[in-house]
Amino acid sequence: MDLRFTPEENAFRAEVRAFMKSALPHSIRDKMIEGRHLIKEDLVTWQRILNAKGWGVPHWPVEWGGTGWGPVKTYIFREEVQQAPAPEPLPFGVNMVGPVIIAFGNEAQKKRFLPRIANLDDWWAQGFSEPGAGSDLASLKAAARRADGHYVVNGQKTWTTLAQYADWIFCLVRTDPAAKKQQGISFLLIDMKTPGITVRPIQTIDGGREVNEVFFDDVKVPVENLVGEENKGWDYAKFLLGNERTGIARVGISKARIRRLKELAALEQSGGKPLIADERFRAKITAVEVEIKALEMTELRVVAERTRSNKPDPASSILKIKGSEIQQIITELLVEVVGPYALPDQVPHDESDRWNEPPVGPDWAGPLAPQYFNYRKTSIYGGSNEIQKNIIAKAILGL
Amino acid sequence: MDFALSEEQQLLRHSVERLFADHYAFEARKRYAQEKDGFSRALWARYAELGLLGLPFAEEHGGSGGGPVETMIVMEAIGRALALEPYFATVVLAGGLIRLGGSEALRAAIVPKIASGELILAFAHAERQSRYDLADVAATARRVGSGYMLDGAKSLVLHGDSAEKFVVSARLGGGQRDRDGIGLFLVDAADKGVSTRGYATVDGLRAAEVTFAGVRVPAEAALGTPGAAFPLIERVVDAAIAALAAEAVGAMAAMHALTVDYMKTRKQFGVTIGSFQALQHRAADMLIALEQARSMAMLATMMAAEDDVRERRAAISAAKVQIGRSGRIVGHGAIQIHGGIGMTMEASVGHYFKRVTMIDTMFGDADHHLGLLAESGGLIAA
Repeated sequence: MDLRFTPEENAFRAEVRAFMKSALPHSIRDKMIEGRHLIKEDLVTWQRILNAKGWGVPHWPVEWGGTGWGPVKTYIFREEVQQAPAPEPLPFGVNMVGPVIIAFGNEAQKKRFLPRIANLDDWWAQGFSEPGAGSDLASLKAAARRADGHYVVNGQKTWTTLAQYADWIFCLVRTDPAAKKQQGISFLLIDMKTPGITVRPIQTIDGGREVNEVFFDDVKVPVENLVGEENKGWDYAKFLLGNERTGIARVGISKARIRRLKELAALEQSGGKPLIADERFRAKITAVEVEIKALEMTELRVVAERTRSNKPDPASSILKIKGSEIQQIITELLVEVVGPYALPDQVPHDESDRWNEPPVGPDWAGPLAPQYFNYRKTSIYGGSNEIQKNIIAKAILGL
Repeated sequence: MDFALSEEQQLLRHSVERLFADHYAFEARKRYAQEKDGFSRALWARYAELGLLGLPFAEEHGGSGGGPVETMIVMEAIGRALALEPYFATVVLAGGLIRLGGSEALRAAIVPKIASGELILAFAHAERQSRYDLADVAATARRVGSGYMLDGAKSLVLHGDSAEKFVVSARLGGGQRDRDGIGLFLVDAADKGVSTRGYATVDGLRAAEVTFAGVRVPAEAALGTPGAAFPLIERVVDAAIAALAAEAVGAMAAMHALTVDYMKTRKQFGVTIGSFQALQHRAADMLIALEQARSMAMLATMMAAEDDVRERRAAISAAKVQIGRSGRIVGHGAIQIHGGIGMTMEASVGHYFKRVTMIDTMFGDADHHLGLLAESGGLIAA
């Protein structure tokens, strides 16, 4: 047992850190620190900077632009991205549909889609959830029927994150209505410009418009946009959801937010002294720091295990649960820091990033309450924490 | 960055686990607790034969030069077995002080007897008023001739009733809570002026109140630098906390396994209770708490011998916080899911719960260490 990284790994960390410092545009970094919304251009700009460096899709096979790093270097890279803090890549392309195409797609699909995903030339959205299919995803109803070289898709997807920007959407659709629940589902790639697709924004409790409903009305999808085999889509979805949980601990992000929290708590006054000098408040922060340390060590154990075997680890459910709880408690403490100045509604309600109004109260207060409300999502998405506990009970405890 | 055990360490783990699997069924433990010293002298000899008692000591004194990882392996197995023998008191605490603070002559005289199982030791440090403050020492050491005279009352001395020698802390100067002015002395339990009142602890182990009244010790009995022994105490206590964390993890893992097994066999409403989602989620919460505790016990182990005191103390405190909190989650859940049977002395689960609960009270509970950590600026610099 040894906590230390090798000299080579440490040198690698220094290299990544230096790159983050020099290459990450300050405007993006500031938004990350302050908890403000990023716009499409921010993500595109950053992904292209990374891709030009050869770090756009580190976990992919080398032939498709991957770096060939092992689990430890991948971990270090991700942690440095999160701590910079730089945006994490738009997951729907590089972490979701990309790996599915690599594992199950044909050569033509790989050549057509993968380079454009790596460079964020195509913005992808995820078409899984439906109004009647949330945690019980396999009960989805959107259907595709085959007619003259096309699938004709009808139905509705929901909670589709950032679909307003999407060029493409990958969808689970029912292709065999007679088959049992998990069978009869196929994995289709759909061009968002196809006639018959309507995107309608859903406003969430933070005031943001991050998610959407997507309606499909006789949408014609060429058969070559089927991934893998017809009616095998559930297997690909399970593969995808297994990938979704890697990196979900978000330890680097939480560390960066704790630093921000301490900074702001030193600026805010309470009872004539900085809030950070308040013993009770400091103890609350420290308790979260302990949780983060424990989660970091647990994640490192999972990473170390992965260097020995490449199997998906049900322990990633632990990372998801603790990681989301920690992110939520930090957003809660950030609201506590600004106290009464959480009150004014200072979030721009259109999709631009304007921040024109002079702030009410301290200029850091605006995004904090919305961020707290927004972060309730972390224990819901990616398989709710209750679903994760079901997975632990079944896959680890054998109950 | 590596969490795996070396081949030798795996062998050690197998042999310790084997020892306890063969000799530490729950019924056997009850018998050992009834023996005169509250543990099994015969098994203590087996510990010695397996080389466990010499593990952290130098080879020249009959040891095998192991480090914190080896201690972790033994302590985790002790936790799983709820073993009663004074390994922690003799090898980790008093043995650690002798190993790091004893003169060459003293180590040559004492360590071989520890390794062979001839000598049981205890650390007489805490006092009625000291609570978790390691520097709060009212017992005094006065220079008399070339030696010292010790006076004071020590409390909660683990295995103090069977110890043949004590490592005693006493003040040579400074105020009662000063870090400066503390000395450590090796004292024979049979010496004139030493009196011991032994008792059982709620977790089934043993401790004693020990009084030193005008006890004379020679200059050679001093460990470390008389008057400047505090850093040594702090260092050994940090390593001891790492060891306790490993013991707690062993006990929590056993409790969790017992609980999950019970969920698979106990039937109500015609089905096993493990089929109920409310209980499944509680068992999942217990697993998360256990794994977070295991992670922090590993961190504590890897930081136990760190020379940077601030870094070491921060990691140790963080681990103690986690162990305390996880201990409640796992312990409460285990008793609750066992239901009435978990409340009985007959079932082992309650004994694990009691041990883990008592570990939280040793060398600072979760709240105490959270306070220390907060005061020192936490783990993440602003």
